[in-house]
Amino acid sequence: MIPPAAFFILAAVLFVLGILAFFVKKDLLTQFMAVEVMLNAGNLGFLALAKSLGKAEGQVIVLFVITVAAAEAVIGLAIIILIFRQRKTIQTDDLKDLKG
Amino acid sequence: MADLFWLIPLIPGASALGLVLLGAKLSRRWVAWQACSAVFLSFLLSAAAFVHLARLPPGAPGLTKTLLAWISSGPFASPIAFAFDQLTAVMALVVTGVGLLIHVYSTAYMAEDRSYARYFAHLNLFTFFMLVLVMASGLVLMFVGWEGVGLCSYLLIGFWFERPAAAKAGMKAFVVNRVGDAAFIIGILFILTNLGSSSFASINEAAVGGLLRPGLATLVAILLFVGATGKSAQIPLYVWLPDAMEGPTPVSALIHAATMVTAGVYMVCRLSGLYAASIPASTIVAWVGGATALFAATMALVQNDIKKVLAYSTISQIGYMFIGCGVGAYAAGMFHLVTHAFFKSLLFLAAGSVIHALAGEQDMRRMGGLKKHLPVTFPVFLVGALAISGVPFLSGFFSKDAILTGAFASGQYALWGAGLLGAVLTAFYMFRLVYMTFYGKERTAMEPGHSLHESPRAMTIPLVILAVFSVLVGYVGLPVFFGEKADLFGRYLVSSVKSGSHHLAVSTEGLLVLLATASALLGIALAFVFYRRTPALPSRLATRFPGVYRLLVGKYFIDEVYDAVVVRPLVRGAEKVYERFDLRVIDGALNGSAVAAGRAGKGLNFLQSGLVRDYALAFLIGAITFLGFLLL
Repeated sequence: MIPPAAFFILAAVLFVLGILAFFVKKDLLTQFMAVEVMLNAGNLGFLALAKSLGKAEGQVIVLFVITVAAAEAVIGLAIIILIFRQRKTIQTDDLKDLKG
Repeated sequence: MADLFWLIPLIPGASALGLVLLGAKLSRRWVAWQACSAVFLSFLLSAAAFVHLARLPPGAPGLTKTLLAWISSGPFASPIAFAFDQLTAVMALVVTGVGLLIHVYSTAYMAEDRSYARYFAHLNLFTFFMLVLVMASGLVLMFVGWEGVGLCSYLLIGFWFERPAAAKAGMKAFVVNRVGDAAFIIGILFILTNLGSSSFASINEAAVGGLLRPGLATLVAILLFVGATGKSAQIPLYVWLPDAMEGPTPVSALIHAATMVTAGVYMVCRLSGLYAASIPASTIVAWVGGATALFAATMALVQNDIKKVLAYSTISQIGYMFIGCGVGAYAAGMFHLVTHAFFKSLLFLAAGSVIHALAGEQDMRRMGGLKKHLPVTFPVFLVGALAISGVPFLSGFFSKDAILTGAFASGQYALWGAGLLGAVLTAFYMFRLVYMTFYGKERTAMEPGHSLHESPRAMTIPLVILAVFSVLVGYVGLPVFFGEKADLFGRYLVSSVKSGSHHLAVSTEGLLVLLATASALLGIALAFVFYRRTPALPSRLATRFPGVYRLLVGKYFIDEVYDAVVVRPLVRGAEKVYERFDLRVIDGALNGSAVAAGRAGKGLNFLQSGLVRDYALAFLIGAITFLGFLLL
């Protein structure tokens, strides 16, 4: 039997890794993957809570998050492909047209 | 049929709505039939209700009907309710009866106009609002009709709005009426705050029973009367009526002679309890009426436009009605209202027939000798002129005499004298008009090919009917020495309006009648001398007294005075406000806020680096701060 705390620690570690990856990496695709890692870290947290509290709501929320994440991945990847076609680059430091 | 009385205003209203919405698609024939039959139905219902009321014993309550709760707020309630008593019946019969004849006349007079449906839509709409005004059971609903007839008056004065003079005259009528209406609203508000109800019955009761403090009753009566001076064209707000003659002539007959302009008199009679309770207010009403009757008559003496003469004459005659109301002879005032509605609309419509025959000419200096060309118009016009002059045994004689007798009986000898002098002037200017238009040399400047012609039957038949009534309608209100019961009109109204308590000896009354007759005949004789026997006399007099003549032709320069004292300072003040406040304060505040937003944007510009990482960092810091707050 694995204690519930282990799941929380794993989720926290995954989340921090995601944040670090987002800030360290400079290409859009990798940053996007970092966001996915953070999302799934959150999912893990929900599942751990659901298990330890013995409630079904946490699991239901995870199902919703997975669905939304799938849609979000489709749109995000499509945007990245379009940016690459137009600019021939997905380095975020080169994409700073919003500078005021 | 009497219990259907609440349909009286609604029928012309529905017809007006139909004509406004579908008028352009309907044939002229249909429009004319619909408009006339709507008024005819109202007339039949009014007649039925009139007969119903005549059969009731004196003192019995009239008909009432509440259609809608409308306004109900706390202790104050103002329903849409119609009331139909004897006073209403008389007024409704005048509005629908004279209105019907004028509708019929209009079908021919306006036959060539391209906005035929719009004309009849507005005419029906006017009838609707006038009947709402007449049948309203309280001041608030009456005010709706009051404003509605003002709107229709504006629309119909400016009916030929392509002409700048007509558009301007419509605006003048509207704005001048606004001045009076402001006082009228304040009066209504005083009533509402003190009584909580605007129904005429409760106002009259409160005034008679002393529930309304005398000072307050006087204040309210004067405020409402100021509204009446606007609507009924009395001093000081009469200036719009002469200009209103820019509208089509049947409109002048219906709105600016027979019905709308007499609404003020009707209102005073409706609230006779209130006015009778306040002697100062009644005195003001009587004196304003007397001053207007005399003042307007002098201006009518020198007008050359046939319709303007009639307009000033209308102002003067309404002045007589207010004399009657002011001295407590309310029934006499109403009686003159009724007879005046007949003979003045007759005169206007006959003048319209003259104008029609002369292809739009209104200047009497280019008329003359029309007697033989207009075999129907001339005799009916003569009947109207005799009636308004107060020649014995025509309607105007009886009603004017009733008012003058009332003034004499109440001890207002100065008013009686003013009325008598006004009667001389009335006879003079009316017969000046008759002689200049129908007698003497033909001064018409007609283009060849256009021949003088009598008007079509749709115009002459209403004229003949009105002429018959102008003669006969006086016999419903005979003076006392024909017997105690001779005054049918006064007895019919006895449960609706206050009746005067003064009684004169029969010999005194006979003397008054003789004096009134003499003054009418004197006026006619003077007109004969001036304009028939020695036509050079008027111009000799004008050169002899140039100051007086200039003063009269310039209409006492009242328009110019108002322009200098009220209109121009207002316009200049408005311009100043526009420059100082609108341009600087309002526009300044608006532009200032835009500039401030722009500056703030420039100042915060550095935050926008365009780098995804910076935004993510801001996001992270925000999230951590938020979490910190939640946890600590």
